[in-house]
Amino acid sequence: MDTTHLISITQFCTNYNVPVSFIDALQEYELVEITISESENYLKTNQLNDVEKMLRLHYDLEINFEGIDAIYNLLKQVEDLQSEITTLRNKLNFYENL
Amino acid sequence: MAFIDYYKTLGILKTATESDIKKAYRKLARKYHPDLNPNDKEAEQKFKEANEANEVLSNAENRKKYDEYGEHWQHAEEYEKAKQQEQYQRSAGNQHGGSYSEEDYSDFFGSMFGGRGQSSQGRSQHVKFKGQDFNAQLQLNLNDVYTTDKRTLTVNNKNIRITIPAGIENGQIIKIKGYGGKGVNNGPNGDLYIEFSILNNTAFQRDGNNLYVSVDLDLYKALLGGEIMVNTFDGKVKLTVKPETQNGTKVKLKGKGFPKYKKEGQFGDLYVTYNIKTPTKLTEKEKELFTELSKLR
Repeated sequence: MDTTHLISITQFCTNYNVPVSFIDALQEYELVEITISESENYLKTNQLNDVEKMLRLHYDLEINFEGIDAIYNLLKQVEDLQSEITTLRNKLNFYENL
Repeated sequence: MAFIDYYKTLGILKTATESDIKKAYRKLARKYHPDLNPNDKEAEQKFKEANEANEVLSNAENRKKYDEYGEHWQHAEEYEKAKQQEQYQRSAGNQHGGSYSEEDYSDFFGSMFGGRGQSSQGRSQHVKFKGQDFNAQLQLNLNDVYTTDKRTLTVNNKNIRITIPAGIENGQIIKIKGYGGKGVNNGPNGDLYIEFSILNNTAFQRDGNNLYVSVDLDLYKALLGGEIMVNTFDGKVKLTVKPETQNGTKVKLKGKGFPKYKKEGQFGDLYVTYNIKTPTKLTEKEKELFTELSKLR
């Protein structure tokens, strides 16, 4: 299996100095997807930004996993709404300029 | 730098306990944390201020200096030295003692945003953190984004060559990985977010991938039909006008609109609206003929 886009969870946890149980808990809440290859657990590198964010929420702001789950979903909604606002703003400009 | 009242920043009294400080800081951090307020500069600034206030007030020694020296607390070391010098001069033979080393002050502010502060759950001071994300705005004309283009931008004295895909929308944000602030403790660099502001200085109106344009049609062409040349974004095309075309009629030119973002070779449509112009300054003969025509109806 090609592991170029994967980072070993052990390596991630060593770098960020967090227990592996942190990633396990995120997986339990379906906040991250763990890839298993040759009995080693990996995270996809494109998930790193999100995992880092969750790590800060948990350790710096002492937000529990239920909270992270709620925040994460709300942030996704904010992102979707922001993109919708941009589209609607452009549409409004279009009609205003008619 | 102007004096900052850290107690006011955290919304606490000077008599606040360690636990009050922690509570007030956590409350503000949860409210203004950049992860919870993406792209909000004001929240980011407030978070930095709260962080700075917490860095100083949560450390008993620094808080003492801040309380004692107020505005000049950062120069406490110099004051202390001067005081000691005075005491030393007054009573010869006294020993130096209790002065603060430079290290005590060196990086108060270095550890502010996304820094190395130790969390209450005891993570190490050497945790790697991603650098701060940067935001920039790039203004382009609609013509500029009709084709995929490469541009060199200067961000923080660094030249970055970026590819701007054709069909990018006004207000769209693209991320340039690794061109943000430097990572902390060898952590990855932050990202650069570029927001595009697209100015439309053309006769076309854009709605997503579709373009809209109005063309004037003379009365005779509208009544009898014929051919006209219409400007599209990439040149002129010949259009056949059907006889008895009504004012405001819309025709669709498939694939003559704006390129679809990141879908090479795919385009939206161009909608042409006919604006029929009736003749003015009629001659006597024309008036006569139009009167005759009107009688036929």
